[in-house]
Amino acid sequence: MSIDARAPWWGLSAPRFRGGAAQILSLVLVSLIVIFWLLLGDRLFSVRALQSMAFQLPELGILSLAMMVTLLSGGLNLSIIAMANLCALAMAWVLTSHAAGSEGLMWVAWQVIAVLAGVAVGTIVGLINGFVIAYLGVSPILATLGTMTMCKGLAIGITHGNVLSGFPDPIVFLGNGTLLGVPVPLLLFLALSVPVAVLLNKSPFGHRVYMIGSNERATRFSGVDTKRVLMGVYLLSSLLAVVAALVMMARFNSANAAYGESYLLVTILAAVLGGVDPFGGFGKVGGLLMALIVLQVISSAFNLLNFSPFLTVAIWGALIIGVTALTVLFERLGWRRR
Amino acid sequence: MSLAASRPAFAPAFQRFRRNHEFWLLAVILALCLVLSIATDSFLTLQNLFDLLTSNAFVGILASGLLVVLVAGGIDISFTATASVAQYVALTLAIRYGLGWFPMFAIAGAIGVACGSVNALFITRLRISSIIVSIATLNIFYGLLIFFSGGKYITSLPKFFRDGIWWFEYDDASGAPYALNLQILVLVLAFLSAWLLLNRTNIGRQIYALGGNKDAAQRLGFHVVRLNFLVYAYLGFIAGVASLVQAQLAQSVTPTVLVGKELDVLAAVVLGGASLTGGVGTVFGAILGVALLAILQNGLVLLGVSSYWNQWFVGLTILCAVSITAWRDRRRRSAAAA
Repeated sequence: MSIDARAPWWGLSAPRFRGGAAQILSLVLVSLIVIFWLLLGDRLFSVRALQSMAFQLPELGILSLAMMVTLLSGGLNLSIIAMANLCALAMAWVLTSHAAGSEGLMWVAWQVIAVLAGVAVGTIVGLINGFVIAYLGVSPILATLGTMTMCKGLAIGITHGNVLSGFPDPIVFLGNGTLLGVPVPLLLFLALSVPVAVLLNKSPFGHRVYMIGSNERATRFSGVDTKRVLMGVYLLSSLLAVVAALVMMARFNSANAAYGESYLLVTILAAVLGGVDPFGGFGKVGGLLMALIVLQVISSAFNLLNFSPFLTVAIWGALIIGVTALTVLFERLGWRRR
Repeated sequence: MSLAASRPAFAPAFQRFRRNHEFWLLAVILALCLVLSIATDSFLTLQNLFDLLTSNAFVGILASGLLVVLVAGGIDISFTATASVAQYVALTLAIRYGLGWFPMFAIAGAIGVACGSVNALFITRLRISSIIVSIATLNIFYGLLIFFSGGKYITSLPKFFRDGIWWFEYDDASGAPYALNLQILVLVLAFLSAWLLLNRTNIGRQIYALGGNKDAAQRLGFHVVRLNFLVYAYLGFIAGVASLVQAQLAQSVTPTVLVGKELDVLAAVVLGGASLTGGVGTVFGAILGVALLAILQNGLVLLGVSSYWNQWFVGLTILCAVSITAWRDRRRRSAAAA
């Protein structure tokens, strides 16, 4: 059933994992920093280490934002990475086939057109997702599983799995440049987070997203056009993925059908670790930022300690279970949040 | 125990719908087979049938296990990581200690049961949604496996294992030999055991009841925690067995090759009519779901479509199937309301 399919569409529902995990998360962050500082000394917080963290965090960060807006509405979007790659390929195609050979004003114009091409692809996929989920009533996990496979299939079909590379300097700058020592991807990420946070928490649209995530049926009966709001949610998610696409392709100076696939499930972990309720309705951008910083500190410290990146992934998984276990433990001890 | 009370009042209509879904799926498959038989000489041959069964056995076996978890109202996507761990450990031990078939399958199965129980433990004790738990454990199992194994291949498998089994050999008119191999044998056994579990045991009825309405199942006196352990351990066991079948086909163990296939298996089971909200899904449907995707990809290759486009067609099929199902479902409900 479409209504019920959207709210508890996975497994055993239970007391909700509410947005108050921030205290536990800040506790975790402080203890991590102390442990890593004891192990690594100042190396973890040298300018170089901080700058490399600031370069790495935005990729996962922007994708997590794209995932988060759909989680808040009680859905999710499995197609973000595949769509980002498709958008990146569309932009890369315009850049390598047209911008590379032109000069002056046309050179600038082609770069703008390239970005617009990416936005167009993202909009189309977002509208398909929104339409299938809101108007046909398909559960989000299935609808986006379909569009994910289609996007990746289209990207592989067109490129045969090859890489498109070599972009003009302004595009590369978006992924690798710095402004006053701050990496441009981080600036882009912050420039996105703030409006998204404002949109979610201060605008009527945002309130409706949270309401739909809490109880879609009640929201509809109170006169909200839930279908339009859901269309908006998936469109917003797509457009965020387009920015992620731009940052990713700029950073690697190339585009491919299969970049960043391992990020897909990590974005869900990051959002839930940041206090987003996987059933929808609760969660803040601030919590997500905190979770991303925790994940990034672990990853950078492990890198400095010469641990395998796969161990990082395992620790990320263990972290979310650990944080949840702590939450349950504190609740049992009678220490109630909220 | 009276199970009739636990079944919702609309059961007959719902049963009819389920029959319809499978009937419709079967019609699509038969139509596809008819077209392919006419358009190509090679589709409707014994050789192709054997190849289809052998090469899709891994996905099919996993689908039979995932179906049980979906029917119970849960979801698990960590089974590919479980399979990777089971495969690596079982074959490493088999090579070192010269183990035979039975101990090898016993070890793989036991590792699967252990990993599945870890999932069940977290899901029931921490009371967080099963998808979040299984994303976390996917990363933990996989990360630890690659960390400890260093991602190394195993290619020198025992001779008896490389030979596999070759029962009931039969030569056709042109002298080409066919036989029952390990892949087909285990595939048949896996679906048979899922069918027996779900349709011919009391526990199977309890699993449907748990997925259909958890609270009602609990009030009827079913041991919900024990049932959860059972379904996740069952999927783990099946994943362990499937991993050896895959290793036998590939003639090697590559720890990185299985993870990433979990959503393909999910798509196949869902195409077969299983619902992510639980309580719905049949073994026959799952078989049809796997068959549809297998025949589609096989047919595209035989028709000479570049295999780069495979995934696009798979995505299109998934999106169309879930959309049509949801749309029909919605129309039926509004017809019932009128």
